[in-house]
Amino acid sequence: MSGTSATEYICKCTSACAGCSSSLILRHVLKAAGPDTVLVVPACCTSVLQGVWPNTAFNIPIYNVAFAAAAAVASGMAAAFESLGKNTNVIAYAGDGGTVDIGIQAISGALERETNFLYICYDNEAYGNTGMQRSGSTPMGARTTTTPGGKTHKKKDLDRIIAAHHLPYMATACSAYPQDLVKKVQKALSIKGPKFMHILAPCPPGWRYDSSQTIEIGKMAVKTGLWAMYEREYDNLTINGPTKAAMIKPTPLEDYFKMQGRFSGLKEEQIRTIRGEMERNLRMLKAEAEGC
Amino acid sequence: MLTISTGNNAVAAAVKQANPAVVAAYPITPQTEIVEQIANFVTNGSLKSKYIPVESEHSAMAACIGASITGVRTFTATSSHGLLYMHEMVNWAAGARLPIVMANVNRALGPGWNVWAEHTDSLQARDTGWLQVYVATVQEAYDATLMAFRIAEDRRVYLPVMINLDGFSLSHITQQLEENEIGDFIPPLVLDHAIDTKNPAGYGCMTSSSDYFRIRYDIERSMRDSVGVIRETEEAFSKSFGRSYSWTEDYQTEDAEILILSMGTLGKEAEVAVDILREEGIKAGAMRVRWIRPFPNLNLGDRELVVIDRNYSFGFGGILAASVRAKTGRECYNVIAGIGGQEVTYMDIAGFVRNRRIGEESWFGVDA
Repeated sequence: MSGTSATEYICKCTSACAGCSSSLILRHVLKAAGPDTVLVVPACCTSVLQGVWPNTAFNIPIYNVAFAAAAAVASGMAAAFESLGKNTNVIAYAGDGGTVDIGIQAISGALERETNFLYICYDNEAYGNTGMQRSGSTPMGARTTTTPGGKTHKKKDLDRIIAAHHLPYMATACSAYPQDLVKKVQKALSIKGPKFMHILAPCPPGWRYDSSQTIEIGKMAVKTGLWAMYEREYDNLTINGPTKAAMIKPTPLEDYFKMQGRFSGLKEEQIRTIRGEMERNLRMLKAEAEGC
Repeated sequence: MLTISTGNNAVAAAVKQANPAVVAAYPITPQTEIVEQIANFVTNGSLKSKYIPVESEHSAMAACIGASITGVRTFTATSSHGLLYMHEMVNWAAGARLPIVMANVNRALGPGWNVWAEHTDSLQARDTGWLQVYVATVQEAYDATLMAFRIAEDRRVYLPVMINLDGFSLSHITQQLEENEIGDFIPPLVLDHAIDTKNPAGYGCMTSSSDYFRIRYDIERSMRDSVGVIRETEEAFSKSFGRSYSWTEDYQTEDAEILILSMGTLGKEAEVAVDILREEGIKAGAMRVRWIRPFPNLNLGDRELVVIDRNYSFGFGGILAASVRAKTGRECYNVIAGIGGQEVTYMDIAGFVRNRRIGEESWFGVDA
């Protein structure tokens, strides 16, 4: 991809599942960031796909840490690099469980302290590496191993929690739009201070679709308007093209749901709730972008 | 330089001398004064550390871990519930072989809320791979903190060190303190496994059952090697600054027929108790155990033992007494005293010795 490092920082044959979008995201993140980067990884799928000691599938330093600790470890690392006069990129790369649930206190603290780092949440909407248990980021109606009848609660609005910290840069992205993702990572890393990215990461075994459909599912999430893509620099919100298009002519939500086994028990009433939440989100984004 | 200082300020003064690159800490009574004083030093420019005012103790230790693995010196301080809250990362710090130094101001655990001295907080962390030293005077708090950096950062150790001082009865009392210019007493930190983007490696990856135990054994090997490093460091300290320390602080033990074993400030009360008992013709001596990890070889001979525990392991007993029994095979009279700041005077301690029932346990104020 143009503008990124030709070097691959993830070796071939990791232990990721077929069609894993989180490793695809990470491949692009690292190529965008370049070699002077340290990755801080809490318990998540990425702790598994590195392989088993003494081997590692990564050609970049990875610091694995406890589940709740990624943002705080990154805080210390960023402070230390600053004291050493180094400009090394510190990127925390965490799943949704480690972000919206157990890790959110440390993230909030690190953002409030204006830590110079990039936090990336790759969101596969459940605890993936332990076999798909419900997280706060699991959408309503989705079946997980701990919500066998479908989740009865709504997906946590992580981005507005993050936005409340008033960051120099935050963005959403999706694994199905790699060029957009790379540009956002590069932009984030060009800015000093706390940066946040929330990236949708479709998961074939967890969402119960064929691994060949990973890109298509990601595109559908955006085209329906369910996953909104935008950037926010302090108060300036820019809604990205694919989401603008979805605001004008969205693909029906049902088309997205029926591609995935996890939504097989979705009820009409839940679809109405999800649609209502989606429309409210898009309405709020539009109003914010138009400055009213 | 001779000053008057609290235990907390003595720790902060030693940290200033050690000049860590990163301090990450969260306030908690009775440790607060340490972080306030360090924040003052950083604000007035007398300490060049990056001070990270974290939102929790879990994050305090996590931030120290993140900083330490880059190869810089780090410090934090906590107490009681703070230590419990960071327990996961306390284990991580040792497992990751990071020479983090932490002061823990010993305090009881809730409920009910009790901010006074007790050792159950740090003793719950005794199996984490941290070295632990317990101090009894303001001067010793300062000296032990300085030595902690040198011991932790020694290549033969590369393990974190916890300095424990009693809440209020040491953290908030004032005594004379001699501060020293430390020169090169603490050599610059060289962390062999520091993160290097030019030589990338994976840290803390998944580790199989056929390798994991080797890494854990390596911690124990370093813990054993730390015995020599502690001895060397205490000898070098004595040579440089004229104040001597060892595994235990012994008072009138040479000809003693009864030994009072204890930890922390109660050990100083025990010395006065020894004087009283000796006037009565009872040949007592006091042995204050300073290092709990690594646990010292105690020279107890065949003397009768009265062990005071300011801590408790429910369903088992006092932790110092249990350790003494396990390591020496000797029975003792175990008195549980000073829990949650319970008042224990030297007169009380003299009473424990007079009324000793070897082989039994008593709770002071309940059945002792």
